[in-house]
Amino acid sequence: MSDPVSPPQKPLAACIRGVTRSFGDGGTKLLVLKGVDLDVRCGDITMLVGPSGCGKTTLISIIAGTLAADDGQLEVFGNDLRKMSKAAITRFRAHTIGFIFQQFNLIPTLNCIENASVPLLIQGCSTRLAEKKARALLEQVGLGEHAKKRPSQLSGGQQQRVAIARALVHDPRLIICDEPTAALDAKNGLLVMEIFEQVARSPERAVLIVTHDNRIFSHANRIASLDDGKVTDVHDADGSSPLPDHIANLAHG
Amino acid sequence: MLRLALKMLFGDTGKYLMLIAGLVFATFLMAQQAAVFCGLMSWTTATLKNVPAPIWVVEKQVEQVNETNPLLDTDVARVRSVDSIAWASPIYSGIQRVRLANGNFKIIQLIGIDATTLAGAPPKLQPGQGRLEDLRLPHAVIIDDLGRKRLASDKGRPVELGDVFELNDQEARVVGIADAMMSFTGGPYVWTTYERALQYTPAQRKMLSAVIAAPRPGVSVEQAVADIERQTGLRAFTNQGFGSSDKDFNTTTVWWYIRNTGIPISFGITVVVGFIVGMAISCQTFYSFVMENMKHLGALKAMGTSNWTLCTMLTTQAFTVGFVGYGIGMLLTGLFARAALENKQPPFYMPISVPFAVLGVILFICSLSALIGIWRVSRLEPAMVFRG
Ligand SMILES: Nc1ncnc2c1ncn2[C@@H]1O[C@H](COP(=O)(O)OP(=O)(O)OP(=O)(O)O)[C@@H](O)[C@H]1O
Ligand SMILES: [Mg+2]
Repeated sequence: MSDPVSPPQKPLAACIRGVTRSFGDGGTKLLVLKGVDLDVRCGDITMLVGPSGCGKTTLISIIAGTLAADDGQLEVFGNDLRKMSKAAITRFRAHTIGFIFQQFNLIPTLNCIENASVPLLIQGCSTRLAEKKARALLEQVGLGEHAKKRPSQLSGGQQQRVAIARALVHDPRLIICDEPTAALDAKNGLLVMEIFEQVARSPERAVLIVTHDNRIFSHANRIASLDDGKVTDVHDADGSSPLPDHIANLAHG
Repeated sequence: MLRLALKMLFGDTGKYLMLIAGLVFATFLMAQQAAVFCGLMSWTTATLKNVPAPIWVVEKQVEQVNETNPLLDTDVARVRSVDSIAWASPIYSGIQRVRLANGNFKIIQLIGIDATTLAGAPPKLQPGQGRLEDLRLPHAVIIDDLGRKRLASDKGRPVELGDVFELNDQEARVVGIADAMMSFTGGPYVWTTYERALQYTPAQRKMLSAVIAAPRPGVSVEQAVADIERQTGLRAFTNQGFGSSDKDFNTTTVWWYIRNTGIPISFGITVVVGFIVGMAISCQTFYSFVMENMKHLGALKAMGTSNWTLCTMLTTQAFTVGFVGYGIGMLLTGLFARAALENKQPPFYMPISVPFAVLGVILFICSLSALIGIWRVSRLEPAMVFRG
């Protein structure tokens, strides 16, 4: 039941209810997610915080479709990932999800344009068109003049901007980032986050970021806290209320 | 994506060159050794090419042309008396020592042919290098091109027409120079008449090595061979080239060497070594190439690349190095062939099946490399990209 007084709800990108996941079996079985409930909305930048080892990476892997949940309900843009075949999930990832990794994961033997065009090539797009779009995105992230360079010739911040271009080149509806600023120094981390917000934020797109980095919280609409395998709190960061202590006090990096 | 696969391959210059090097090595070693082996085998039949005749008749036990048992002199007449035969002539063939003017000794392959018909004379004299009929002159011999160098008493000056050397204390005067195929023993061919060959040879009771013959017009060689064997009890062979039939002297000669010498084994071992080393280098290198790219392949998988696409990428990479390595390897083999043919040493003969067989082996190695990579990549969990 929606509350008639509240502003119109933003469309739901991912709806997670009671998701569990464990690793190993028998005596060494480790229950990491113990029934997670979370909504990720389009138009938002949602950040996921929590102590190390609490299962953040596990959770976003499940939402991204790179890891299967043991139990619970999981819908991403109305697709029930738990009922889809492996091949269908692979196709789903190629079309719906943009990835940004902590270690950038650019291919060292390809130049920036080629790296940024990879998601379109995966979809089967022609090289010419893919590279045209990749170039446009590299310009948006301010790397137009470095387009022909290889990742090793760029700074960490520049490499992460290439990764941003790559995550956006196929116009995905959900972008998933695991610690995107953890490998960067403070100044570069903020710069990357600013550029990222500029190019990625859109009413049709949801962004989900795992981070320890409290300096970038100002870019979030919502901050979800994960602890002991459950989402313990979702804070609407619209500026009306201060950050709760347990989030504000998170050590960064 | 295949373009990307190739860029990833070429981008890793060290591994790329290593892979190519392994396959070049394997290709060259296998093709070159196989060709030298075939060349050596074709040398064993040189006498059959240099003494051209459609039919060779030999003693009953003989299986190969370089080791004949003597026939009786009367056997020539017995072969002649076979109805389906147009002509038959005696042949002496044996290894002899030549004494050069400077006192050195050299090994030669001495061929004695019928003086009247000159049947069995070299197929081709070099232009301007004498006349076949001069073989009937006293002390006349014809030598081959190799003999010009080998039998020169002065290294700087090859043998000319009119030069003289000694065979078993008797004079031999060069009246012609022929183009001939190199013999298995490596010595030059020297033709003379049958009677003179007997004089040049330390006396033995029976000297007739073989009878060469030709069928009457209208009679097939096979028929004539069968008739000779039936009517004389001798052994007769056709001379149409290796593999033409079981009753071909080239075929039986080559098979004799394959069965009775260690030559195929020693060449076979080198070919196998080329195969194993090439396979070890390229499978190992390709595997470490795949392992090194695991992180990136994992990222590609997470980003939605299907297993199938990853497989075609790995296959493209493996087969690209395969074809490049094979190409360079065959190029090297070609250069080796040119040098070998120019030098007339070592023997080199590449039947058309050799490059195809080597290509097959190289593609096998590449498939194996690709399979190892595919096996690793298909077990790769896309979730691992989020972990360091
Ligand atoms: N493939 C796996 N096999 C076994 N255990 C795993 C596996 N993946 C994760 N784990 C365990 O699950 C727990 C949660 O891991 P996860 O990576 O999700 O934590 P995290 O919140 O992302 O931590 P961090 O902040 O350090 O990245 C950890 O204890 C980890 O050891
Ligand atoms: Mg993590």
